[in-house]
Amino acid sequence: MNFTSDSWIALLPILVTSVTVVATMLAIAIRRNHKWNATICVAGLNLALLSCLLALNVAPQQVTGLLVIDKFALFYDVIVLGAALATATLSFNYMEGYAGEKEELYVLLALTALGGLVLVSATNFVTFFIGMEITAVSMYGMIGYPHRDRRALEASIKYMILSAIAGAFILFGMALIYAQTGTLSFNQLADGLVSGTFAASGLLVTGGALIIVGVGFEVSLVPFHLWAPDVYEGAPAPIGGYLATASKAAMFAVLLRYFVESRAYESALLLDILSVMAVLSIVVGNVLALLQQNLKRMLAYSAIAHFGYALVAFVATGAFAVEAVGFYLASYVVTTLGAFGVIAIISTPIKASDADTLYDYRGQFWRRPYLAAILTAMLMSLAGAPMTALFIGKLYVFAASIDQRLWILVGAVTFGSAAGLFYYSRAAIVMFQRRRWVEPFKAPRNWTFQAGGMAVITLTFLMLLMGLYPQPVMELIKAAGLHAPQAGNLALNVLAH
Amino acid sequence: MDSGILLVILLAVPFVGGLLCWLVERIDKNLPRWVGLLTMLTVLGLALYAWATGDYSLTLLGPEHKWVSEFQAAWIPRFGISFHLALDGLSLLLTLLTGLLGVMAVACSWKEIFHRSGFFYMNLMWNFFGVIGVFLAVDLFLFFFFWEMMLVPMFFLIALWGHDIPHGPNRLYAAIKYFMFTQASGLLMLIAILALVFVHYQSTGVLTFDYDALLGTAMSSTVEFWIMLGFFFAFLVKLPSVPFHTWLPDAHGQAPTAGSVDLAGVMLKTAAYGFIRYGIAMFPEASAQIAPYAMWLGVFSILWGAALSFAQNDMKRLVAYMSVSHMGFILVGVYAGTAQALQGVMITMLSHGISSAGLFILTGEIYERLHTRDFRNMGGLWGRFPYLPPIALFFAMASLGLPGMGNFVGEFLILLGTFKADPAVAVGASLGLITAICYALIYLQRAYYGPPQQTGKLLDLNRRELATLATLMAVLLWLGIHPNEFLHTSAATMEATSHVYLQGSAYTGVATR
Repeated sequence: MNFTSDSWIALLPILVTSVTVVATMLAIAIRRNHKWNATICVAGLNLALLSCLLALNVAPQQVTGLLVIDKFALFYDVIVLGAALATATLSFNYMEGYAGEKEELYVLLALTALGGLVLVSATNFVTFFIGMEITAVSMYGMIGYPHRDRRALEASIKYMILSAIAGAFILFGMALIYAQTGTLSFNQLADGLVSGTFAASGLLVTGGALIIVGVGFEVSLVPFHLWAPDVYEGAPAPIGGYLATASKAAMFAVLLRYFVESRAYESALLLDILSVMAVLSIVVGNVLALLQQNLKRMLAYSAIAHFGYALVAFVATGAFAVEAVGFYLASYVVTTLGAFGVIAIISTPIKASDADTLYDYRGQFWRRPYLAAILTAMLMSLAGAPMTALFIGKLYVFAASIDQRLWILVGAVTFGSAAGLFYYSRAAIVMFQRRRWVEPFKAPRNWTFQAGGMAVITLTFLMLLMGLYPQPVMELIKAAGLHAPQAGNLALNVLAH
Repeated sequence: MDSGILLVILLAVPFVGGLLCWLVERIDKNLPRWVGLLTMLTVLGLALYAWATGDYSLTLLGPEHKWVSEFQAAWIPRFGISFHLALDGLSLLLTLLTGLLGVMAVACSWKEIFHRSGFFYMNLMWNFFGVIGVFLAVDLFLFFFFWEMMLVPMFFLIALWGHDIPHGPNRLYAAIKYFMFTQASGLLMLIAILALVFVHYQSTGVLTFDYDALLGTAMSSTVEFWIMLGFFFAFLVKLPSVPFHTWLPDAHGQAPTAGSVDLAGVMLKTAAYGFIRYGIAMFPEASAQIAPYAMWLGVFSILWGAALSFAQNDMKRLVAYMSVSHMGFILVGVYAGTAQALQGVMITMLSHGISSAGLFILTGEIYERLHTRDFRNMGGLWGRFPYLPPIALFFAMASLGLPGMGNFVGEFLILLGTFKADPAVAVGASLGLITAICYALIYLQRAYYGPPQQTGKLLDLNRRELATLATLMAVLLWLGIHPNEFLHTSAATMEATSHVYLQGSAYTGVATR
């Protein structure tokens, strides 16, 4: 395959991010200075974000058989890079108080963003696996970054083991599929499946199942969710935010692409399996979240439930899942990043542990009203209250599943939303109660002028925009659709064309 | 002024006013209440202006449905959702009530709320913003948006400024219970709305949430029945009707006075409004099928609410259960569906809003002076205040339906209208007039008569409190003696709704009319 100049332009986001990784590393080697090293990283990520605009002009571009840069990939590129930027800015103030070497965090962060970019552009099992591993390996380092902290270290090791297991499952699944079909390319696989060249054999089904298990681990869907709460609790707050959003969204995006391009959504068996996983994730995630007294653990369980909702949208809309899931994921990412951002700001600078029990948030509204208002808004968004992004996201999920008359899924989403109301509102109200006598956690007075504070404020505006005037974002996501064959006579589907 | 823009202003005023309340607290602690008062006076003034200038005698019927004034702008065209506000007699009167009680809610909390008053008034204003939105929205998604939105500020009002009753559930429990009941039932409504929209889409190919378009959607009776149930339960919980009423006494018991005024006076009316505007008007046939059950449930609510009210030791809970009983009348009247009954529902909504607000304000004032709401610590208050007890007598008499006050007119019209539709239900519901006497008199007996627990005069009502209560009393008398202005305003809407509903029930032949 020839590399034209367009291919290079299409690759720009990935290239710029790679350069950022190297540049940040070199900058540290030249002079170790937190501010200047972090600035290099943030500047690089910003450039990468801008280069998405350039890449948009030439999209879609198939670059070798491994990567495709289409609008779909670029949409998720923006999510990944945006999340990485928010994480970098939040980490900057947060890490100020860290006693050890703090600069390498940015190398790892840019690296994990690179993994995400590769993942969402993958059209081949090879790039899928490489992207996943780049993300995962740099995540180990980031989760365990405060390595003298027992909880962070424990989280890192847990994540490493489970991620490695997931990787093994996926790799074995790929091998089985390759053994049957002799190809690693999504497109060839899809063509073969559609035309009937590859009969659905035991090997193929087993391979597919193993990949689902692996992805289930990575996205932490029930029953592969056991690692999530411990890892979220132990990871430093900004890193937890990234883990909960960008790395999961990228994984979900590749799942989406794989299933839409290979038309796997036409398999009733697969949809049944995913439906079961969705219902389990919603029920288990919400019920366990009810029992939490720790905000980070609660968000971990709520993340499980939210990916259950996203899966419902996915199952219900089939070929047109791209828009529903895209909107849901985008609003979820913005909301959850905002919530973790506030946790990070309140926990700034890094201490023995983050502000994670609900008790730590008691009376925060009366100390830092705007910050607590932001966290309240984010929690209300997670609960699906009006004026917030996930209200519209929920509308998509409900609309898709009612449109398809999937009443069991509708029931699960209803149950989950009702349960969610309880624990989100309980968490939100704590901040408005009487202040504690001793307040171990206080956000810095000038948090609005710090980089992380600005990131959180931007996220809040974005969240409210998506909740109050979602049309532009919807248009954007619709434009970022995948090319999928026309099917069905759903209200949403017909509109999509 | 363009009347469509007026609706937008009507909605924007409490929203902006609420924000201002929060912001001006930094300047001066007392400023938020003035801003709040001014905001609600503006809302009341705008609503009065709309009442004075609009012509509410237009016929509103079927597909050529026409609003007195409306405003429409695209909001989420992707789903066919628009920002569509409209006004007719029904929504106007309820908006007026909201404006009036809004002023009262601000006035009655004048000396009650000092802790974080800016945030308090913001929540109060935003709650009224949501309520007015519910009354004005005629896009189903927008309606749902406001329906859910108004719950959040009330949740904060109860949770943060509520009371913890000794030996009772605490205010957080009450707030979360309230939030769960109302939000979860709202989800059922969301499902019903979406189902309706998709059914409409399948028959017409148009994806829209607009009320006018969805009115009279063709669907099979099974589908209609299920969709209707979603709305029915959401409204039933919010009304509330037995057996979904348990959140109400807890919420009232713990809420601050302004919250109770708001909750009983206005928020319960959103459910009654929903029944009329969405329940029976959109699903006449399915509603007629369920009507006998709904009406008997209403009768049961009247009697059960009254019995529970009679048994309370807490003054506020007594008044709260009284509301359950009165809401039973509304349920009966709505599902009787004759024009008379619906007009009775209209008057009952207004007069119950005012009389229960009056009783809650009095309870708040007694609490401010005695620091208790327990009847066992009261008794003999008549001799200790010059003004408060006679006023309480007035509102108690209004609640029991004494002729000359609004409640009598409303209940009388409901019973009259129901008798035509279903005499047995009317007989059952009229028992409520007797039970009302029981709870109203026990309220007076236990608080104001009998031997006093302590002697000594108590601080009587000041001019602010007297003015508040006098206004409410005047409106209540107006409603009772000369309700024609109100009846004329809502007549067109009610007759049209009744027409649609009775046609539907004639078709199914379930109801006995």
